[in-house]
Amino acid sequence: MTDTTQLAIVKRPLRWGRVLDHLVLILGALFMLIPLLMVLQTTTTTDLETIKNGPELVIGDQFDDNFMSAMFQASGFSGENTGIQMLINSLILGIGFALGKIAIGMMAAYALVYFRLRFATFAFWLIFTTLLLPLEVRILPSYEIAQKLGLLNTYTGLIVPLIASATATFFFRQFFRSVPEELVEAARIDGAGPVKFFIDILVPLSQTMIAAMFIIMFVFGWNQYLWPTMVTTEEGMYTLVRGIKQLTQDLEGTNIPKYGRANMLALIAILPPVLVVIFFQSWFVKGLTESDK
Amino acid sequence: MAQVSLQNIRKVYPNGYEAVVPTSFDIKDGEFVVLVGPSGCGKSTLLRMVAGLEDISEGVLSIGDRNVNHVDPADRDIAMVFQNYALYPHMTVRKNIGYGLKNRKIAASEIEAKVQVAAKMLNLTDFLERKPSQLSGGQRQRVAMGRAVVRDPALFLFDEPLSNLDAKLRHQMRIEIKALQRRLGVTSIYVTHDQVEAMTMADRIIVLNAGRIEQIGTPAEIYHRPASTFVASFMGAPPMNLLKADCSEKRVILKGNVAVTANAADGPIVLGIRPEDIEVGEACDIPFTVDIVEELGAHRLLHGQLDGQDLTIHVGKDVAVSAGPIRISINPDAVVLFDAETGLAL
Ligand SMILES: Nc1ncnc2c1ncn2[C@@H]1O[C@H](COP(=O)(O)OP(=O)(O)OP(=O)(O)O)[C@@H](O)[C@H]1O
Ligand SMILES: [Mg+2]
Repeated sequence: MTDTTQLAIVKRPLRWGRVLDHLVLILGALFMLIPLLMVLQTTTTTDLETIKNGPELVIGDQFDDNFMSAMFQASGFSGENTGIQMLINSLILGIGFALGKIAIGMMAAYALVYFRLRFATFAFWLIFTTLLLPLEVRILPSYEIAQKLGLLNTYTGLIVPLIASATATFFFRQFFRSVPEELVEAARIDGAGPVKFFIDILVPLSQTMIAAMFIIMFVFGWNQYLWPTMVTTEEGMYTLVRGIKQLTQDLEGTNIPKYGRANMLALIAILPPVLVVIFFQSWFVKGLTESDK
Repeated sequence: MAQVSLQNIRKVYPNGYEAVVPTSFDIKDGEFVVLVGPSGCGKSTLLRMVAGLEDISEGVLSIGDRNVNHVDPADRDIAMVFQNYALYPHMTVRKNIGYGLKNRKIAASEIEAKVQVAAKMLNLTDFLERKPSQLSGGQRQRVAMGRAVVRDPALFLFDEPLSNLDAKLRHQMRIEIKALQRRLGVTSIYVTHDQVEAMTMADRIIVLNAGRIEQIGTPAEIYHRPASTFVASFMGAPPMNLLKADCSEKRVILKGNVAVTANAADGPIVLGIRPEDIEVGEACDIPFTVDIVEELGAHRLLHGQLDGQDLTIHVGKDVAVSAGPIRISINPDAVVLFDAETGLAL
């Protein structure tokens, strides 16, 4: 007993190696945080002040004004692309993309793993090669197809072409292959047909995997810039990420750039992915590491 | 409840491997049959064909009076218990047990009643709300049993259900399963590679080797009258002693002594004798040198060599022996003779 208390009191000698470790970590943290803090600071002052003095240490009183204009004031001609509308569009894109990708990926993987398809392996590799052809590479043909199908300026046109890639299928296939064969057989004897097995057994088993996929795919969809820029020309369909660009276009004109509004939107644009990651984080780690089977 | 009949059942896997050669046997209503054999001999393949999880390449399988060759596993009126339990990890014990009934569109109240009965029978009532991951191995195996029992099937199928449990629990579960089967009177096929399980649980044992049946018989028949040297050396721990000997003029000569008379042609012959059928004593006729004494509490095993061949002797705890020369004799009534070439009993 006395031994342990004694031990606890003994100071550990200061080791320079540890100090260095912390120094590196602190510098790294600052490197990531300072730009964010600068953005935050500019949202609290007027644009005039920002352009005169640059980022300052003082915190102004314009936060709520900037917030209101960022959310509710349109930046284009039509008056449709308010911050709130763009936020909604971005959410639809992020969630729609993530859910669509998970649904299609799961079902494709289900077919590939559990059904005796003639060319299952070949089909899988065919799907797999789409990883080599991301949307950016096939953007012109994709645009042409979307245009011919009349999908420009629709949510369908925004979401569906992005879904066409193999990542989710790939992960779900690996996951399904690790589900023990006995479980499948037990379900067969218990009278679960293909649809029941999928819904009653496979989907609940994949929970953590689905959560992990949702985070990755939501953030990926949310951050899309190029494709939304191409397919949406109506301002009412703009997403946040591309809307911010339009606000800062004033920089090139003679007006005072709307720093406060743009930076406020940038902050708002960061928020949902951060929230999703925080919310799903524990599941995410579980989905990638644990095998609860 | 049902009898099961296999007629010339054969299994050839898609890669051309013949895992089960044409095999026939019948199982009586309520009988507990154990399929036993070394790893890879086709036990699981045979069982899975009965379950409907594996296609039958050739032959006719009937459960009850129904040909079920092309019937879906769910409609064969069977229940199966797997080696790794195969419980649904995301469902509570209650849901695990009731899942099969739910799929049969049975009313929720009736399912609940049946689950309660099964849970009571298997001492699972306190665990109904738990997930499988919160149960011990033995409890999980009981849930798997519950899932089988609750369906009230015509046939139970077990594929090495106890091999993941420790020795003590295995012993206890062995008795529980057997008692449950007796009580319910359900025809059962039980696969194991553990010959103790086979001996203790079976009404009849089927010994398989390399996809073919070596012998079918009651545990006593299999133990005392093995049909081949394979069965003799597979069943029993320690196994039957197999000694190469010579037969001349209807007498089997072992180390210069006449061990037993035999109705066989002259020439080499294999003499089989269980370790406990060898007697030790001053008056015995065969000299033998004990190399090692294994002390097992209730009895002892003496190991040594006779004529350059390994021999194990089982003696009671009252027989005091230590390593060194002793005299033994072989009980002629317990001897089984095998053909030296084919290994079949004569
Ligand atoms: N899908 C398959 N394709 C080809 N050969 C197979 C297949 N499944 C099993 N086999 C072969 O069939 C033989 C019998 O397999 P089986 O699983 O029935 O053995 P077992 O008696 O149950 O063995 P164990 O005691 O190890 O479980 C083995 O040699 C195995 O390699
Ligand atoms: Mg097996």
